[in-house]
Amino acid sequence: MVSVLLYLREVTAEQVRAWIAGVVAVLSYGVYVVVVIGRAGDGPIAATPYAMPLVWTVGIAIVATIVGNIVAGLLIPAEDAVADVRDQEISRLGERVGGAFVVIGGVAALLLALAEAPHFWIANAVYLAFVLSAVLGAIARLAVYHWGF
Amino acid sequence: MAPKPTKVTNSIRALRFAHGEMTQAALAARIGVTRQTVIAIEQGRYSPSLELAFQIAAVFGTRIDDVFAYEGATP
Repeated sequence: MVSVLLYLREVTAEQVRAWIAGVVAVLSYGVYVVVVIGRAGDGPIAATPYAMPLVWTVGIAIVATIVGNIVAGLLIPAEDAVADVRDQEISRLGERVGGAFVVIGGVAALLLALAEAPHFWIANAVYLAFVLSAVLGAIARLAVYHWGF
Repeated sequence: MAPKPTKVTNSIRALRFAHGEMTQAALAARIGVTRQTVIAIEQGRYSPSLELAFQIAAVFGTRIDDVFAYEGATP
């Protein structure tokens, strides 16, 4: 806990937001995968009820991100809580990296729909793309914060 | 320390100490960025915009090329 507080004194609010976005995306998707696989049993995976776990994990991820950002805002010194020009440049880089996976997810969903694949695969392709977008966007931002550009 | 990704070097640290041991936080407040951005610039992990570079030079009352230099520059 002490090391976390010390870390929060050495980083900007935007850097913490990148951590929160990445960690929440990984954890919420991990929970979703475990729940869906647990429900699948011996039947075909595409016939597994997935809609409610998907909606719930996305909803919980949104709430967790908001709460995490509020808590981080309370712990980070006020002078480091405002996004400056460097934060904005890094944020744009993260959006470009993440945005690529949203496009890939859209194309994958389109191809699956054209192939008349089950809704399960279409929804999961889009969800996975959103998760990869959040995770890789966060990794890109954190890498640039650490190593520079 | 993280590897230095830019060829832009600077003498901000020396200038800070020459100006009453100005802290990174004080410099950050003067130029409107976070302390972490000043640290990143000093360590060569972030090349500031031209406008920010001029602001830093203005704080120290000096020319921009007294603060920043480009390693690949030829005289």
